[in-house]
Formats: sequence, structure tokens, C-alpha cells
Amino acid sequence: MQEPTRRRDFLGLAALWSSIAALGTAFAGVLRLPKPAVLPGPLRVYKLGDAAQFAVGTSTRIDAGNFFLFRDERGFHAISSVCTHLGCIVAHQEDEGFACPCHGSRFNEQGTVIGGPAPAGLAWLEITTAPDGQLQVNAESQVTQGTKFQV
Amino acid sequence: MTPTQEFLKNLKESPQHIRDSMLLVGRLPQTDRERSQSTFHNLFLHMQSVRTHRHSLKFAYTFGLGLILTASFVVLTVTGILLMVYYKPSTDLAYQSIKDIHYVVPAGRFIRNIHRWAAHLMVVAVFLHMARVFFTGSYKRPREFNWLIGLGLLVLTLGLSFTGYLLPWDQLAYWAITIGSNIASSPRELTEAFGITKWLDVGGFQKQLLLGANYVGQEALIRFYVLHVALLPLVITALMGVHFWRIRKDGGLSRAESAPAVPARIGERDVAVFEPTKTYGLMAVVRGRTPVVGRAPEGSVPSWPNLLWAEMAALMFTIAVCLVLSYFSDAPLKEMANPAIPENPAKAPWYFLGLQELVSYSAFMGGVGIPGIVLLGLGLIPYLDRDPRGVGVWFGGPQGRRTFWTSTAFGLASVLALLAFTVNFGWLRAWFPTIPQIVIIAINPGTVIVAMYISWSLWILRRTQSLRMSAIALFTCFLAGFIVLTAMGSIFRGPNWHFYWWPSLWPVH
Repeated sequence: MQEPTRRRDFLGLAALWSSIAALGTAFAGVLRLPKPAVLPGPLRVYKLGDAAQFAVGTSTRIDAGNFFLFRDERGFHAISSVCTHLGCIVAHQEDEGFACPCHGSRFNEQGTVIGGPAPAGLAWLEITTAPDGQLQVNAESQVTQGTKFQV
Repeated sequence: MTPTQEFLKNLKESPQHIRDSMLLVGRLPQTDRERSQSTFHNLFLHMQSVRTHRHSLKFAYTFGLGLILTASFVVLTVTGILLMVYYKPSTDLAYQSIKDIHYVVPAGRFIRNIHRWAAHLMVVAVFLHMARVFFTGSYKRPREFNWLIGLGLLVLTLGLSFTGYLLPWDQLAYWAITIGSNIASSPRELTEAFGITKWLDVGGFQKQLLLGANYVGQEALIRFYVLHVALLPLVITALMGVHFWRIRKDGGLSRAESAPAVPARIGERDVAVFEPTKTYGLMAVVRGRTPVVGRAPEGSVPSWPNLLWAEMAALMFTIAVCLVLSYFSDAPLKEMANPAIPENPAKAPWYFLGLQELVSYSAFMGGVGIPGIVLLGLGLIPYLDRDPRGVGVWFGGPQGRRTFWTSTAFGLASVLALLAFTVNFGWLRAWFPTIPQIVIIAINPGTVIVAMYISWSLWILRRTQSLRMSAIALFTCFLAGFIVLTAMGSIFRGPNWHFYWWPSLWPVH
């Protein structure tokens, strides 16, 4: 016959396991802390002013937002200059496309990968007109390649 | 004696008493016996055993690399604390505070240079130390676990270097954090390819943990600062303690079992080896063995002063090297961090350029996959190669030396051929523009070279029927690959990561 657990053993075990539970919970809390609950960061919506200042057939580099703004006969489009490989900023050369200085990824004028390690094409960003009539690019919001914005 | 007299007498004698109470032996030791006693009565000295084998003190066996590592860590700790006095971990102030340290703080430039050179020395020494331990077979039983600890120390050393060069918040720092945190998020490449990122976003989690935000800024700098000055140093100190402790407990430095017995020096005389005549009671209840039992004090000399001299010599050497280099060469500080334009090319310090070359084939494979495979392979070596022969002999003998040379040739030739091919003809995406990313992750120059090295090692295993030879082949190949890739990234890659024979050929822009 199994001996009944003695009161002293029971209390000892209970104390031990509550200590373990308390330490475990505390440890989980400690581990939880470094994962940010709020992700701080600047607002990545950029007002670019009057649409008329961008001539048809030009490209403009917007440093603050890390993207290029293009205007041709069919309208505006904005292509992110953040390389999809490891986040460096690509450079744009007229008619040659984009090249990344860090690991040699290359993209054509439409932002499609044509060489190097980049896993995906450059993002096309959403363009809207702000309530005050300015041209506005939302760098957090992607649109499909080829989407043009008409003023 | 009146209490007043006693008080005055005690006061007069107190310097003597303080010294006596500080040294457990009571005075500076005069004889070997007293030196032994002082060694094990002192917290710091008792990390090492009282007697050291003569073989362990041979320069050509260790090249003092472990001691140089410890010494450079000491130098780094001292200079690091001095730098912390002026450094300000804020994105607005960090760069200026480094400028202050460089131009205004008395001796600041010199201290910063020493910190930087000691860090480079530590990285060089940690690789050489690992190679020494590997090629002398010192990872074998009972030292397997200490090899793992050493591997941890290697990773921590690289981690400390990485977190260190981020702190000045110059162009190098900013883009290194950007690239590093994106490598941390590169498992996304894989989850994306399988379409499961929504449920299992390991990459995103790691990136958030490192940056504390979705972009590189103040939160990231503080996190890397805490890692560099608190967490990583604490962990590396603890692991160094374990590493040293295990050296002692595993029987001192490795040496050939078959080596002819050398007499021990006791007092002024050399005493021939003697077999122990009594049994050691403790041995019956404690598993494992201590260095002396069974081999008596064979071949050993007192650690004080012989080992202490060696340690002091390594410290002096390390400091001398750092001082000379620091006098002639300043630590670099690039332009202030500019999130709009990376440098072209944006290069990491030399020891990460091999990785940068791999990353330029595939972010996930180069940054996570292949380093993971290499670390796993290195960690498993002592558990796969359990043949106890050849410990303490360079390359384990003539056959190993041959394997070393043929593997060096194969390792160099294959990686050079592959790089030449890649530079001339490009890789899969250049021929099939629409190829899925998962194929590139699986088959790129990095994975191909790993596969070639593993096949070579397996072929050596079949040919020699020896796991040790196979391990030597694999390790040598990876060493050769590491050196070639590092040279490739450092010398032969220019703007846009294009191939150039020499930096002077880079286009002017």
C-alpha cells in the first residue's frame, strides 16, 4: 500500500513548486520586456507640394522619404529606393534602372529585379492628393507595379 | 600595558597586520612550497593549477594565443570603461562625442585607437586559437565541452565587435545596423517563399527585438549599446571563467599521451617520473581524473613563476602590439550617419566581408543559413570524431599533414573557380529572370561551395577510413573558403559590389 503523503512533504513540495512557478512567470515577464509594445517611428507620409512643379518626363529623388517620384505622360508613380535585399538605398540612373551599392542588386526602370540577390522588386508607393491639394506619397502603403496616379 | 599604550602599539603595527591579513600565507612567498600555497589561497591565482606541464609552456605548441586573447580582453575592458566616460549613446550626440574623444579628450584618441586595435587583435587571435586547438586535436575527449564553450566565445567576440562598431553612429555604423537587422529579418525570405509569414514571422520578431522599432534609430542604438557594454561582456566573462576552469579540470592543455616522460622540477632538482604509490580516496567517488593522478608530477614545473612569466609576456606583447599600431594608425570615423545615402561600396570591417560576399548571393543563406551550418558543424566535430589517437600532435601526424595540404589546395581551388565563374557569368537569375526566390536560396555560390566542401570531406572519409582525416579536410576547406571570401570582399569588390582587380580601378564618381 502506498504511504499517504505527509503534511510536511506536501507543504514542502507546494512551496517548491510555487517558487518555480513564480520564477518562471517572472522570467517570462523579463523576456517579454524587450519586445516593443509600441513601435516608435516617424510618420512616413510625405507631402510634396503642388503637382505642377514636377515636369512630365522627370524623376525626382525624395531623400526624406527614401523614394523616387516619376512623372510621364500617363501620370505619376513613386518607387521606393529601399533595396528589398538588406535595406540599403539604391541609386537611380536614367534609362539604366536602379543599382544597390551594398550587395549589387540591380532593378530595371519599373523596379523589377534584373540581377543580384534581391528577393523582390522595389515597392511602388501609393500617391494621393492631400486635402490641401498637395501631392502626397504614403511610404507605408504599397500599390501594384504599373499603377499610375493622374492629377 | 595600558589601553592607551595598546591602542598606539596596534595603530603603529596596523600596516603590518593589514598586509598579513591580506596575504593568507602572511608574507610574500619565498619557496616553491610557499608559492604553491599562495597560489591556491588566492582567488585569482587559483584559477590555474599549482604546477604546469612543461609541454603547456612550449611556445610552438600554443603560440600563446589563449593568453593573448585574455590579455586583449583585459585591454578592451580597461579602455572600454575609459571610453564610456565620454561616449553618449544618443543618435544626436554619439557622433559628436566620438569626435570629442578623438580631438578634445586628453589621450582620448590614443585610448580609442588601442580599443580598436585590441578588438582587431582579439578577432585575429580567436580564429588562430580555434585553428590551433583544432589542428592539434585538442577538442577530443575529455575536452569536447570546452570546444563548445570556445565556440560560444568566438560568437561572442564577433558579437562584441559588431555591436562595437555601431556605436559611433557614422555611415559605417548606420548601414551596418541596417544590414545586420535586415539579416536578422531574412528568415522572412524563407517564410515568404512558403507563404507563412503571416503566422510565423521569425524574421520580423528578431528585427523588432534588435531595433526596438521598425526603423533604425535611437531605440536601436541604446539596445546595441547595452549589448556592447553590459550583456555581452558579462556573458563572455562568465564563459571565459568556465573555459579556464574546464582547461584545468580536463587535465591542463592537451599533449600527446605517448610523449616521452619528462622529469619534473621540484625545488632546485629535476625529479624523474614516479608512479603514485598510494591510492587517492577521492578518486573512488568522483568521476573523471585530475591531471596528476597516475602521472604524478611528471614533467611539471611550478606555475609560479613559470606560467606567470608566460602570462605576463603575453600581456606585454598584446599591449605592445596595440600601442605601436595605435601610434601609427587612427581608428576610422566616417561621415555622420545619413539615412538617405549609403556609402558606395558600403563595407563592413574585414572579418565580416566574407559574410558580406555570401550575403550578396542570398540574404538568408549568407547571413543565417551558412553561418548556422558552419557553427553546427564546428560544434559537432568533437562528438563525431571520437578517435582518441593523435591528440596533442599537429595534424595528428604525417597523414594529417598531407590531408591538410591537399585540402588547402582543394579548398582554395574550388572557391576560386566558383568565384571566377560567378564574376564572369553571373548566377541563376542572370539566365532565368523569373526564377523563384526559393531556388536561389537553395542553390547559390555559397551553398554550392558548402556542398563541395562536404563532399570532399566525405570522399576523404571513404579514402582514408578515418574520421579525423575527414574532419581535418572539412575544417581546412572552410578555413580556405573563409580566407578567400574575406579577401574577395575586402580587396576585389568595388562600387555596387562589382568585381575590380584593385581599388585604384574603381570608377571615379
